[in-house]
Amino acid sequence: MMTRPMAQIDDRSQDQLTVALTGQPNVGKSTIFNMLTGLNQRVGNWPGKTIEKKVGIYRLNGRSVRIVDLPGTYSLTANSIEERIARDYIIQERPDVVAAIVNAANLEHNLYLVAELLCLPVPVVLGLNMMDIAEQLGLRIEPHVLEAALGLPVVPLVASRNQGVRELMAAVEKLTHDSNAFRPSRPVIREDHRVVLAELRSLLVGQVPDPYPEEWVALKLLEGDEEITQMMQERMPPERWEHVHGILMQHEDAILDIAGGRYDWIGRMVRAALTHPSAGSITLTDRLDRFATHPWFGLVLLLGVFGLIFWLTFTISTPIQAWLNDVIVTGVAKGTQEALQNVPQWLVSLLVDGVIAGAGTVLTFLPVLVVFFFLLGLLEDVGYLARAAYVMDRFMHPMGLHGKSCLALCIGFGCNVPAVLAGRMVETERGRLLTILLAPLVPCAGRLMVLAFLAPIFFGSNAALVSLGLVTLNLLVLVAMGLLLNRLAFGGVRMAYIMELPLYHIPNLRTIALFVWHRSKVFLSTAGSIILIMSVFVWVSVSFPGPGIEYSLLARVGRLLEPIAALLGLDWRMMVALLSSFLAKENTIATLGVLFRVGQGGISLEQSLAGSLTPAAALAFLAVQMLFIPCAATVAVMHQEMRSWRWTLFSVVLLLVISFGIGVAIYQGVTLLNR
Amino acid sequence: MTDDRLKSLTEMAVGHRSIVRQLYGGREFLSRMAAMGFTVGAEVEVIQNYGRGPLITLIRDTRVALGRGEALKVLVEDRNEEA
Repeated sequence: MMTRPMAQIDDRSQDQLTVALTGQPNVGKSTIFNMLTGLNQRVGNWPGKTIEKKVGIYRLNGRSVRIVDLPGTYSLTANSIEERIARDYIIQERPDVVAAIVNAANLEHNLYLVAELLCLPVPVVLGLNMMDIAEQLGLRIEPHVLEAALGLPVVPLVASRNQGVRELMAAVEKLTHDSNAFRPSRPVIREDHRVVLAELRSLLVGQVPDPYPEEWVALKLLEGDEEITQMMQERMPPERWEHVHGILMQHEDAILDIAGGRYDWIGRMVRAALTHPSAGSITLTDRLDRFATHPWFGLVLLLGVFGLIFWLTFTISTPIQAWLNDVIVTGVAKGTQEALQNVPQWLVSLLVDGVIAGAGTVLTFLPVLVVFFFLLGLLEDVGYLARAAYVMDRFMHPMGLHGKSCLALCIGFGCNVPAVLAGRMVETERGRLLTILLAPLVPCAGRLMVLAFLAPIFFGSNAALVSLGLVTLNLLVLVAMGLLLNRLAFGGVRMAYIMELPLYHIPNLRTIALFVWHRSKVFLSTAGSIILIMSVFVWVSVSFPGPGIEYSLLARVGRLLEPIAALLGLDWRMMVALLSSFLAKENTIATLGVLFRVGQGGISLEQSLAGSLTPAAALAFLAVQMLFIPCAATVAVMHQEMRSWRWTLFSVVLLLVISFGIGVAIYQGVTLLNR
Repeated sequence: MTDDRLKSLTEMAVGHRSIVRQLYGGREFLSRMAAMGFTVGAEVEVIQNYGRGPLITLIRDTRVALGRGEALKVLVEDRNEEA
């Protein structure tokens, strides 16, 4: 049952209707998409981008309608990747109908996007969502009056209660066979620029590539749209382009006039349909924001909320993880061992220590991710996340990060995997990349555990001080890398800080549940398979040629790295311990146990380790361990999110260089001081 | 209208309503501001302004947070002073 509609998601068939959902952010578009498609949807990424692409199927009178959820955008000018994706889709893929969703409580603001949509050759239906909230705010809106003014179908909706969603699709269907339903009033440019626009248009005749409309290209040139300007510069003969360019230079601020013209049009459209309450009332949002956005109270609230999320995530998921590990993974491993008694030992080991252990790793991440995604979805849907971003922004901005990056990095103290996955909620492409690249520098619970175990062995009563110093070192490196990457890799360009703070509202559980479901599914299928492959790979490297890890390929690599180890005052065994932490950070201790022959001759790991390293070497080792390449699962989700092996490898190499560089500096520095 | 009647949005007190008269900046900035509702003639109210750090404005029924640097580039005419 599930497979047939899914096949239709990927291919656009002849008789199938394709509807693109558009809207500014915070209009409840996801809720509408989820109400329409439920589990009948596929979540992926737009080609080569970190932006989610959601496509689903809706059944309308026995006909299947393909619904494409375009990224939420404020306009259709190429100021962000989201905007490019949305307009490229509409212009190049030509959906049968565009359903533009607006928030009735922000009608005039949201209609700006509609003013832009109506300049494109595609029929538009307007979904007037959150009618209940508009009513609570005392706004009176008459959909029929708006419909008459706009000349296109207007459907009132309360998507969170599933009201009007069917009617929206009925209006979409009607539009496909009744051309009378779409006779839109289109915004016109103000008088001041009318002549210039006409002149531009005449210069563009025959020059504009298919399928771009000439009129629209002329308008976008005048608006100063970077992408369209570049496209036309490449396509036009140089003399002709010079002429066009000259005109554009004379009208550099035309965007203000064009945008002003759009709002004039919006004003005319809503004049009869929208009545504001006579006196401005203090809303719930205003009351909550007095605390939530206050420079100090807001920060206290934010720390409380983040702390609570952290605590809830790991308190709820830890016992489930333990159960999954002890009962399911161990049970399956045991069962496999018993069932395969006549099979060669290496094959059993491959299955148990490679495949089942790898699958177990994937499985035990799931509770953390489900709980965290749920809480994250809840915060986002309520509208608090924008406030958290607002409060944190001033601290994060110098690093090119966004306030929302802060929550991602905070959860990293528990585990880097959800930290990388949370990078997705950051608004800008650059901010997302930076968040993902910096996340592995947050010391996760696994690394902290190794630190807590080893520091007392090496440093006795000074362990707490050393540990605190090393955690601080990680955070300092994080800040330094943020500043440096922002400057070098991204040119240090400062993004203008303009952010909408949506109205608070009651969360929609269906939307959050689907968010959790899809993100978990993507993790299992995309990152899960990478983790499994890496797990088998690591198994091979520690099992062959054997016997035991000390005669393995990994040990040989460790011996090859002996010259580097010498710079750190370490021997090959410590290098192998570091390398083995790739599968899971906690492995360091187990590997050390094997390599230092714990239990032989009655010597404990503590005794044999403490005697074999100088304090300088021990400090260097711990610093490298804390800054070392992320674990396999983190690398897998980094690739899943960035969609690029190049960036993923860059991050791994960068962390290798940083960790060894700092380790060597510590060892050599401390040795020099002690001389 | 003389320019001394205009001040930047950063100088506006909380609760005061004003009219946007001028916007400065590059094309991308102006375009992003316009899409958020900031055009010449729009009415804007400052809801939060602690004298430093970002501020929160209410424009076309929408709460928009602006960095201080961004708010400096918006010149407004205070309507409360007129009255």
